[in-house]
Amino acid sequence: MSETPNRLTGHLGALRQRGETALGLFLTAGYPSPEATLDILLEADAGGADFIELGMPFSDPVAEGLPIQQASERALAAGMDMEGVFAIAEGFRQRSETPLLLMGYANPVLRFGVSDFCARAQSAGVDGLILPDLPPEEADELDEAAATHALTTVYLVAPNTAPSRAEHVAHRATGFVYAVSQAGLTGAALADRDATAAYLARTREAVHAAGLPMCVGFGIRTPDDAARLGAEADGVIVGSALIRLADDLWSGDSTDSQRLARIREWAAALKAGATRHDA
Amino acid sequence: MLAPAESPRPSALPDERGRFGAFGGAFVPEILQPVLLEVREAWREIQDDAAFWDEHRRLLRDYVGRPTPLSRADRLAERIGGGVTVYLKREDLCHTGAHKINNAIGQVQLAIRMGKTRIIAETGAGQHGVATATACALFGIECVVYMGEEDIARQHLNVQRMRLLGAEVRPATSGSRTLKDATNEAFRDWVSNPHDTHYVIGSVVGPHPYPALVRDFHRIIGEETRRQLAEAEGRETPDAIVACVGGGSNAIGIWAPFVDDAEVRLVGAEAAGEGLAPGQKHAATLAKGSIAVFHGSRSFLLQDHDGQVIEPHSISAGLDYPGIGPEHAYLSDSGRVDYRPVTDDEALAGVRLLSETEGIIPALETAHAVALLPALAEEMGEGVIVLNCSGRGDKDMETITARLADDPSEA
Repeated sequence: MSETPNRLTGHLGALRQRGETALGLFLTAGYPSPEATLDILLEADAGGADFIELGMPFSDPVAEGLPIQQASERALAAGMDMEGVFAIAEGFRQRSETPLLLMGYANPVLRFGVSDFCARAQSAGVDGLILPDLPPEEADELDEAAATHALTTVYLVAPNTAPSRAEHVAHRATGFVYAVSQAGLTGAALADRDATAAYLARTREAVHAAGLPMCVGFGIRTPDDAARLGAEADGVIVGSALIRLADDLWSGDSTDSQRLARIREWAAALKAGATRHDA
Repeated sequence: MLAPAESPRPSALPDERGRFGAFGGAFVPEILQPVLLEVREAWREIQDDAAFWDEHRRLLRDYVGRPTPLSRADRLAERIGGGVTVYLKREDLCHTGAHKINNAIGQVQLAIRMGKTRIIAETGAGQHGVATATACALFGIECVVYMGEEDIARQHLNVQRMRLLGAEVRPATSGSRTLKDATNEAFRDWVSNPHDTHYVIGSVVGPHPYPALVRDFHRIIGEETRRQLAEAEGRETPDAIVACVGGGSNAIGIWAPFVDDAEVRLVGAEAAGEGLAPGQKHAATLAKGSIAVFHGSRSFLLQDHDGQVIEPHSISAGLDYPGIGPEHAYLSDSGRVDYRPVTDDEALAGVRLLSETEGIIPALETAHAVALLPALAEEMGEGVIVLNCSGRGDKDMETITARLADDPSEA
C-alpha cells in the first residue's frame, strides 16, 4: 500500500472513525453536456458528497443499465474524450478538495497507456481509480502504476463472490472495496433485502480485517435506500439516479441556477439518508 | 476409455489464466468471475468424461449429420487455374446449415450438466442463434437470442426460424445494431441472471474459458478433415487450409489439429467491407486494428485513438464484428497464420464462383474464404487446398440478389 497521503483514504478514514456513512456520487463525464458535468459535480459536492466518481464514457458499456449507457453515448457524441475527462477533473480539483476517482472500462485506460494514464490522473488531482472490468487477476500493471502516482485502487466484490476471493480482493485494493449490492446492471431496482444485508455484513467484516472501508453501490436511488444500505456499509454510491435527475432537469425548462440548486438539495437529502442508519 | 483420435486432444494453449501468449484472459465485472470459474470447472471436468463425449458424438452423428463430407471440387479447381486440388469441408451440410451447431449442442449439454435452466446467445447472421435455438428445442430448455436490429432486417429468415424453434429473439438497438451490440446485450442479460443462465457464446471470443471451450467443440471439423484426407489423398495434411474469420470459430475448428504441422499453410479471410482505404468501412480487425480489451479478453480490435470501438461494416452479418478471438491474435502475431482482407465485392464474386462451378451456394461469410482461392492457387501452382465451407447461403439470398442486381456487369 502506498504511504503517500491520499485525500480518499484520509477522508474515508476520518468518517469511519466518527461512524458516519460516506456518500459517493457518480456522473459520466460529458453528461448532460461537457460544460454541465463540472457544475453538477461541484453542487453535488457542496450538497454533501464525500467523494466523486467521474465516469469515463465508453462505447460498449456491458455492465450498465440504460441511464449510464445513454449518458455515455451522449457524452461521446458530444465529443468527450480522455483529455476532456482530465479537464473536468482538473476543473473540479481547482475548486474542491473532495476526493475524486475516475471510473470506467479498462480499454480506454489501456489504450492511453496505464503508466501515462496514472501520471496524467495524478497531475489532474485524481485520488483513485475504479475499473470494474479489470479484476485483480489482470491488474498487476495498474497496481504498480497507481502506487507510483499516489492513486488508490478500488476493486469490487459481488453477492456471489466466494469469501476467500473477497479477502483477496480486500487485500489488493488500497482505496476501498466496492460491494455490488446485487446481480444486475447499474440503475436496476433494489431487491431482496435480507440476503443483501447478510452479504454486506459478511463482506464488510472481511474488508475491515484488511484495514479498508467498504462502500456499496448499484440500485441505490433514494435517501431511504441510502439509509438502509448505509447501515451495512462505510459508504453508499449513487450513479444512475443522478443521471436520471440531470436528464429530467436539463430537458425541462428551468434555469441553470434552479437546476443546480435542485442537485444540491438532492445530494444533501441522500447524505442525510446515508447518515440516518435506520434500516 | 475413449480412443485418442475421438476425444479433443489437449492443446498447449491457453495457459491456466486463459492466455494465448499476450492475448486472452478474463476481463469481466466481478459478478461474472464466479460464473466463469464454474464454466471453467465444468470445461475441465468434461475433458475426461467419456459419457459426456459419447452423448456429444452420438448427437453429432445422429442429429447433426456428422461426419460432414470432404468434397473434391474439380470444376472449381479448374476455374481457378487447374494446378491445385481443392477439397471443400462441407459444414454447410450440418443440420441448421453451418458449423455453429457443433458448439451450440456442446454448450447446451454443458449448461444442463451445470444445472442451468436458461440459455442466452448473441447472433450476427443468425446462424449461431438458429443453432442455439435448435439445441435448446432438442433439450427442452428456455432460449433467448440477442440480435442487432440491422441484422434482424437483413437476416429475417433466420429470425423466423429461431421463433419457430421456440426461442425469443430480442433486438439490440444500440450502436450499429449488429453483432457487437447483440453481444453487449447478451452480456447485460448474463450480468443480471448469473445464477440460472448459461451464455452460449457463438465464437472463439469472450473471457476464458470460452475461446478454448468453443475451439474444443469445433476441432472435430479439423479432425474429420485429417481422416478424410488420408483416405482420399493418402496423406493426413493438405498444403493449405482456407477459412473465413469473424470471431473465428470455423477457422479455429478446422485449423486446430493442423497448427503444429508447420508445413500446412493456414490462410484466413477477414472482411474488408468497402475496402481498407481511409474513410472506407470494414471489419478487418487484424489488418487495421490494434491490441485492446473488449468483450472479456485481450485481442485485436477496431478502435480509435481514445480506445472507443469503431463501428465495423461487412456485407456478411457474421463477419460484421470489430473484434476477433484471442487465439487468432496470437496466431497472427506469431506469424503462423496468414490473414488476408477480402472486400464485399470480392465475397460476392466468391458466391458466384462456388455456385457456378460446384452447385454450392455458400454463406456470405464462407464466400470470403472462397474469394481467396484464385490468388492462392496461383501462388501455390500445385498442391492440395482445403476450404472450410462453413455455411450455406440460403439466408443471404436477398442480400446477394439485391447486390448483384445493383451491379450492371451482372445484369
